[in-house]
Amino acid sequence: MSSKLCAVIDYGMGNLHSAHGALQTVAPDTRVLVTSDPETILKADHVVLPGVGAIRDCMAEIRKQGIDQVVAEVRKTKPLLGICVGLQAMMDRSEENGGVDCLGLFPGQVRFFGNDLHENGEHLKVPHMGWNKVAQVAHPLWAGIADNSRFYFVHSYYVQAEKPEQVKGRGHYGVDFAAAMGEDNVFAVQFHPEKSHHAGLALLRNFLAWDGQA
Amino acid sequence: MALAKRIIPCLDVDKGRVVKGVNFVGIRDAGDPVEIAKRYNDQGADEITFLDITASHEGRETTVHMVEAIAEQVFIPLTVGGGIRELEDIRRMLNAGADKVSINSAAVYNPDFVKAASDKFGAQCIVVAIDAKQVGDNHWEIFTHGGRKPTGINAVEWAVKMAQYGAGEILLTSMDRDGVKSGFDLGVTRAIADAVNIPVIASGGVGNLDHLVDGVKIGHADAVLAASIFHFGEYTVQQAKQHMAAAGIEMRLD
Repeated sequence: MSSKLCAVIDYGMGNLHSAHGALQTVAPDTRVLVTSDPETILKADHVVLPGVGAIRDCMAEIRKQGIDQVVAEVRKTKPLLGICVGLQAMMDRSEENGGVDCLGLFPGQVRFFGNDLHENGEHLKVPHMGWNKVAQVAHPLWAGIADNSRFYFVHSYYVQAEKPEQVKGRGHYGVDFAAAMGEDNVFAVQFHPEKSHHAGLALLRNFLAWDGQA
Repeated sequence: MALAKRIIPCLDVDKGRVVKGVNFVGIRDAGDPVEIAKRYNDQGADEITFLDITASHEGRETTVHMVEAIAEQVFIPLTVGGGIRELEDIRRMLNAGADKVSINSAAVYNPDFVKAASDKFGAQCIVVAIDAKQVGDNHWEIFTHGGRKPTGINAVEWAVKMAQYGAGEILLTSMDRDGVKSGFDLGVTRAIADAVNIPVIASGGVGNLDHLVDGVKIGHADAVLAASIFHFGEYTVQQAKQHMAAAGIEMRLD
């Protein structure tokens, strides 16, 4: 049996060691490659778009390296998983860095939690950092993961979806936000599955077993 | 609110071994870092912090390999601190598999380093560690060099400044309490937690599980860090989480 290939897209924004390690751990028979090579990415069976740091720098690198076109192609053909800023990059636009146009795979905006976030009289710190619950909407990637399981988040901006039917996981931190988005063969999460212990590893395992049919 | 408070076991590592001292002296061996990190991961720790107290260059190399070995087996956030002085130190630790780095003395000597680090790698991975000692009523000062060197800097003002400079989190250690097991210094914890808009990790002084509860409820900490109560088998991380949850604190128990 020829082994499957999973490409983790490297566009020079931060450390992909964790994502690579977690994917390789849940699927020892899959070849997991961290790569920026369009040919390798288009050849892969599964593609992961990670992201850390500021959206302006991420989008600038994505465009400079032609990753936007590669992602547009992947989006038509094979399972694609966005993680953290990778999810935010898939939206129309982010208000970070004074406003940045993103890839527009999902209609909707990325907004700042704000410095004055409150709930029940408690001042909420930003970034939203730590383990929070995700209310699931039926999808193959949640298979075997209990509803309202906690995942590890670290972000100051959140996704406000335009089409409610594309929200596949709901989070709450002072405001409601999209913790997971999905349509067809694309799934994207705000949390870090590679840092979310059992639940996160289960989601990555489900992704690598997924044929892209929602 | 559904965001859980975090329990962070801390590994003080010297020349490849986990050690624990009292008030930063009187070191005692607690075992192999990779094994211990794995154990805490399996017990449900929310993150792991790893402080390299080695001074030598060879020791640093050992640390990089250790971080790599831990990152291969531990799928929760990993913070590495100790001897982070240059952007290159941060890059090496992140490449080895750390998710965050903790900057201590280098921030005191050159606050702009925190700014540069945050710009370069993102606030989410920059933790500023503050070692504070009480010097008067409601007055705490920053110390460096494992608590030996006073700086004359007010700890609360310093925390506010570091948040402005791009720190994503504050790791606050009470030098008076470290290893003493009489509980966190709740005064300085609360003063700083209330003064900044970024998460604060309380550290130094945990001797029993009620101390963890107090750190959150009275100290307003977002996360609590402890070492010896876990290293020497007094409590498991899971017991600590159950205890905090029973006290009405939102915890991750699954």
